[in-house]
Amino acid sequence: MEYLNIIFQESYKILFLLVPVLVSVAMIVWLDRRVWAFVQKRQGPNVVGPFGLLQSLADALKYIFKEIIIPASSNKVIFILAPIITMTLALIAWAVIPFGAEKVLADINVGILYIFAVSSLGVYGIIMGGWASNSKYPFLGAIRSAAQMVSYEVSIGIIIINVLLCVGSLNLNDIVVAQKGMWFIIPLFPMFVIFFISALAETNRPPFDLPEAEAELVAGYQTEYSGMMYAMFWLGEYANILLMCALGSILFLGGWLSPIDLYPFNLIPGALWLIFKILLLFILFALVKAIVPRYRYDQLMRLGWKIFLPLSLTYVVLTASYLFYFNLLPAI
Amino acid sequence: MIAHAIFFYFFSIIAVVSAIMVTVSKNTVHSVFFLILDFISISCLFIMIGAEFLGMIMLIVYVGAVAVLFLFVVMMLNVAQQKNQWFISKDSSGHIPIGLLISVIIFFELIIVIGGWKYKPDLFNSTKLTTSNEISNTHSLGQILYTDYIHIFQISGMILLIAMIGAIVLTFRQREGVKKQSYLKQISRERAEGVEVLEVASNKGVKIDD
Repeated sequence: MEYLNIIFQESYKILFLLVPVLVSVAMIVWLDRRVWAFVQKRQGPNVVGPFGLLQSLADALKYIFKEIIIPASSNKVIFILAPIITMTLALIAWAVIPFGAEKVLADINVGILYIFAVSSLGVYGIIMGGWASNSKYPFLGAIRSAAQMVSYEVSIGIIIINVLLCVGSLNLNDIVVAQKGMWFIIPLFPMFVIFFISALAETNRPPFDLPEAEAELVAGYQTEYSGMMYAMFWLGEYANILLMCALGSILFLGGWLSPIDLYPFNLIPGALWLIFKILLLFILFALVKAIVPRYRYDQLMRLGWKIFLPLSLTYVVLTASYLFYFNLLPAI
Repeated sequence: MIAHAIFFYFFSIIAVVSAIMVTVSKNTVHSVFFLILDFISISCLFIMIGAEFLGMIMLIVYVGAVAVLFLFVVMMLNVAQQKNQWFISKDSSGHIPIGLLISVIIFFELIIVIGGWKYKPDLFNSTKLTTSNEISNTHSLGQILYTDYIHIFQISGMILLIAMIGAIVLTFRQREGVKKQSYLKQISRERAEGVEVLEVASNKGVKIDD
């Protein structure tokens, strides 16, 4: 009976986390298209609902009622599993994101490693989808995507080490609390820039959207997908983008802390500050999509391995020596 | 503790079944996917005994990086076709004795490991393995790894570095006639060397690229 009670309570909490995340993913798609349109002096989706807010809902309905086509020569089990894995992995990572000092679903000791592990698993959804389609364009897209995600994970991992050196804990709440005096964006600003660009590459966003480059690969690994399965890939992708924005705001922008620790700002709950920071980073993501042309593949690899990796490694040495010399290393 | 036991049996059954499926399944890509499932369930078992750092590192290193490379190689080489040809042809009988020899060696190694465990029953009582609730798993691992075992740790790092350099040297080949982009040259180009204005006489033309 006791276990049933615990399971009931936990599923209640999970529902309260997942439903807002899914709704905000739908809203963020609208925001993305809107920002993209404004940069190019267009209107964007503005017909369905006020300001076109319900456009994503209309799109979702369309996808649900479309027929799901499974190619005859595909590997059916893996073909169906791929979008499910993408979506699940994008959602389970939200379990450890802290929205306040106590407002976190699972306050685990290795939170940052958990997020890193889940995001490194994300590549399997794409590889499985590309391979199981049994077609040339999806396969090429999947291979490109896998190489790209593995390469940029390395630099993201080393950037995380930079932050961990200053915190002395892998718990996400501890990382936020350690920024009470000063947000890490100030001492680690170069790392924030590299993190932002690596996050673009990790989530296959433009200018690094080579896995789905229309000009050469039709739609990359999504070419053979239709209906709800295509929509699930899409939802997973945007949930991943939101997660990367959340990770960036927790690592560098102080998470749920208010920018100024004074009276009127203290009244606003921490969750709202976190959402505000996530939105700020997401608008930057959307702006980059609108203003930067796509990279060539060899340039992408060069940027990851020959520029970001040495730069972030050098910064690890710098941070460690600074902390050691001035005796600022965090105690356990 | 019932929930704990249920989860333990759930993950361990998945681990064992997928380990069998790795060897049994006909399609090589399926074997790699079962291997990944095996890694994931084993890391879940690690987390269940309280070794959360080890579990997560297992996920990141093995599933996130090593298995991706496995999958890459298997997908690119079309191993399934090669394997079929290999089993049909008569040369395959030559590999069976070598395979048997290796499996016998691995079997004896396993016996030695289990025997060693029995030989030293007081392993868990040794002072290095104290567990406490105040210091987290990651902290205690770091404290031991970077103090008592620093030399072994560094030597293993060196071995990995040598292996990496060796792999690069073995596969590196200088190819002729490959066009390379020189970023420094591109950035440092001036207008004077890039553009040339020529006086062209009417009806004569001009010769470029001489």
